[in-house]
Amino acid sequence: MNVKFLGMGAAALIAASFCTPSAYAQAPESSDPIKIALFDWTSVNLNAKIMGGVLEKLGYTVEYPTADYLSSLTTGLTNGDLTLAMEYWQTTAGEAMVASDATGQTENLGPLGPQAKEEWWYPAYMKEKCPGLPNWEALKDPKCAEAFSTPETAPNGRYLGGPVTWEGFDDERVVSLGLPFTVIHAGTDAAMFAELDSAYQRQAPIMLWIYSPHWAPAKYKGEWVEFPPYTKECYEDPAWGSNTSAAYDCGKPTGEIYKYAWKGMKDKWPIAYKVAKNYKIDTDVLNALSGQVDLDGKSPEDVAAGWIAENEATWKAWAE
Amino acid sequence: MTIAADAGTVRARPVQTWLAIWAAALAIVLAMFLARSVVPWTVNYPAWAVVPVDDWISWLMNWLKVNLSWLTRSITAVFGVPLDFALDLLAKNFKIGTGADAFTLPRLSWVGIVAAAFLAGRAFGGMRLALLSGGLFLYIALFGKWTSAMLTLGLIAIAVPFCIATGLFVGIWAWKRPWVEKYLVLPALDLMQTIPTFAYLIPMLLLFGNSPVSAMIATAIFATPPMVRATMLGLARVPTEISEFGEMAGCTPRQKLWRVLLPSARPTLMVGVNQVIMLALNMVIIASMIGAGGLGYDVLLALRALKVGEAMEAGLAIVALAIALDRLSQAAARRQSEYHGELTDGQSFWVRHPNLTLAAILLIGTTLASLAISFFADVPKAITFTTAPAWRIALNWITVNFFDVIEAFRVFLILYVLNPVRAFCEGFPWLGAVFLLGLAGWQFGGARLALLVAALTAFCAMVGLWEKTMATVYLTGISVVVACLIGIPLGLAASRSDRFEKIITPFIDTLQVLPSFCFIIPVVMLFRVGDVTAMIATVAFAVVPAIRYTNHGIRQVPPALIEAAVVSGCTRRQTFWKVQLPLALPEIMLGINQTILMALAMIIICAMIGTRDLGQEVFIALSKADAGRGIVAGLAIAFIGIIADRLFNAWSARARARLG
Repeated sequence: MNVKFLGMGAAALIAASFCTPSAYAQAPESSDPIKIALFDWTSVNLNAKIMGGVLEKLGYTVEYPTADYLSSLTTGLTNGDLTLAMEYWQTTAGEAMVASDATGQTENLGPLGPQAKEEWWYPAYMKEKCPGLPNWEALKDPKCAEAFSTPETAPNGRYLGGPVTWEGFDDERVVSLGLPFTVIHAGTDAAMFAELDSAYQRQAPIMLWIYSPHWAPAKYKGEWVEFPPYTKECYEDPAWGSNTSAAYDCGKPTGEIYKYAWKGMKDKWPIAYKVAKNYKIDTDVLNALSGQVDLDGKSPEDVAAGWIAENEATWKAWAE
Repeated sequence: MTIAADAGTVRARPVQTWLAIWAAALAIVLAMFLARSVVPWTVNYPAWAVVPVDDWISWLMNWLKVNLSWLTRSITAVFGVPLDFALDLLAKNFKIGTGADAFTLPRLSWVGIVAAAFLAGRAFGGMRLALLSGGLFLYIALFGKWTSAMLTLGLIAIAVPFCIATGLFVGIWAWKRPWVEKYLVLPALDLMQTIPTFAYLIPMLLLFGNSPVSAMIATAIFATPPMVRATMLGLARVPTEISEFGEMAGCTPRQKLWRVLLPSARPTLMVGVNQVIMLALNMVIIASMIGAGGLGYDVLLALRALKVGEAMEAGLAIVALAIALDRLSQAAARRQSEYHGELTDGQSFWVRHPNLTLAAILLIGTTLASLAISFFADVPKAITFTTAPAWRIALNWITVNFFDVIEAFRVFLILYVLNPVRAFCEGFPWLGAVFLLGLAGWQFGGARLALLVAALTAFCAMVGLWEKTMATVYLTGISVVVACLIGIPLGLAASRSDRFEKIITPFIDTLQVLPSFCFIIPVVMLFRVGDVTAMIATVAFAVVPAIRYTNHGIRQVPPALIEAAVVSGCTRRQTFWKVQLPLALPEIMLGINQTILMALAMIIICAMIGTRDLGQEVFIALSKADAGRGIVAGLAIAFIGIIADRLFNAWSARARARLG
């Protein structure tokens, strides 16, 4: 019954159809929708909405399907179900990007701009209990480790690492640097930040994996632990670094954030492809925009539209 | 091997003999464990003997993707038409043409839909239902969840009829041919209901693409089985008198099925429809991971940004949608069966269907009005409100004030209960488990069951997942015990007091439909990442059937029997223990069985808070887009469920037989 009267409504609407021409447009090469993936964190969705907004201004049709972060590299992007995805972090998606490149059906569109940083992080109030921080050597002190412990890890400190699928090598790092810490893997980063938020309110001890660009370092006061800086040899050559018989005796790599496209985009929408390839954004700008969404409660669409309105010259240059 | 020789006399064996056999079996397993340094392969399955089933499945998937994608993609295209229409109509607006020449036809106005929901309620069930369903839709609008809710409703509106039709036809087919039911449909249903959805998301993505259609098909796989089961059960339960009457009245087989049997089975079929709606709404979060969007995506996004309140609101909007659809469909079915065959000819359409006519006029009117007045097109931001800060404040208050107590409780649980049980389970010899479970199967159900149980157990070891399987068993087992300890007494209390039942019903309804993701994160804030959190989230979800079936079981004991007991001088306590409880036992058993299956489903989702079991394996496979690995882990999970189900059923059947 429902269907019947909904159908009648639609018929009436078609009769009363009207037209909304878009302001200005450069004829798109294909009117098929360009599909830009949405994932489940703020900055990628902001980038997607900015990118999509720019393409719409240029006259393209844009859709925003929701997708899963890592698996989209070897599923949706390989067959054109997704045309474009804005953020793949070298620090967490390294293996998946290699797998995606191997399919030959996707294209790496180069870096987005901001550098990804991921490392052990602690709230500022923990510095009193472990004054040697942020130098990593301070963590070797049993008293310091105990300050970070919970009953089931004591006397070891408790370090809350990312999901096992992220390529963090923290279990190896703890062994090779001789840190008296137990690594607990959170299943998702939502769970990780839930624990941080809870601990921060109570000024309770916590040591966990935090990454940037993200709203957390802006909202909570704290610092990253300073490990020996990452080099390629450190991860590959056991002889490198303070522990001569084990690899991973250094910090995590910083890395680029890459944009990926379906291989067919280049031929189907050449100008959109050019825009996507030239698309870049500053770390500070992105953090500020993410803050407007996560801390001030604006919608990503509004924030993206604001950026597009203010930076017309920038995005017009991308299409040249 | 002496055991096998005695197979013929199994059932007649007295209790003492079984005790002796079990003692001997346990001694053998203990010996296996003690001798693990000599023959380690009985405890840990040797790595070289792992059967690479996952590689085979991945290969098969790849072959399917290359050779059959023309077929699967055309399926996507065909289903895409009605689905896109529904989504455009309810949520997205129609866009005809592209770029500068595009026409936009507006979606249905929210005012019209709220009014239509109200009128539908009035038509099917009177003023109370009208206020309820109109109110629930208005609630969704006022909480600013309108567009998301309509995306979800669009998916449901296409998926649910599809599931019901498919379920009905498969059910009829299986009912007509017992061999189809036994060898094809029942095993397929068991797998569909026990393999976690996450395990087949990757194959869905590969075959049907990243689109709402994949989401719809994944939903259908999960939500159709209850309809099939309800159809088979409903048809089998139609009294022979009715079916014979159909024959005497001269029905052809087809007429008999559609005009006599199916209408008689309507109450059972409606239970199936209700379950389809509930399960489809359960799936919306997972479906949003492969392209569905809507309320499920809102929940995911809010949780990622730790907006607990917003996630809770989106979750409650799903609950509101579920309740509205459920009550409306129930009322519609009741009304149709009452009005059966009563047709009034000669009156004009609007006299016969005043509510429908009014609803259509309102929908068209408000939608046309939305062209000119923006109030009708979008819910104005000024009239929406949010309770998110309140949720947040409440949670923060609990965190700050009660964390120490909670922490002490958590530490006690993990050190003295969870960790020892975990160590015991993970060190359990796989060969011993195959042997003991097989023995149990043999005692309860004979050689066939023994073989099935042993083979399924061995599968988990042979694919190299033994340790993770046992980790899953450990957490599920503890959660089920706790859920039963809480749920059965609550169910008993509810059965003895109508008032208590009224209080508790909305809570268990909400627990069942509220997406489990919504309460995972708050629980993490209180209990940290780890097994205790997983256990609590699982218990909260799995306690529902334990309460519901216990309550139902006690209440359905025939009043005549209770009267007889009272007349013969039983006290209230005696009546309860000697009459009501034994008679309700089968129902309570069914409740425990369902609790096990629900707990297993929830444990998998708990991998999101860092459990180290098969759920984690499924998530790793998902992020690596490894179809084979995910399905193998999914099968291992399904097999745990099937083993538990079969053993439990066989045992309770025997217990029932003994009780008479």
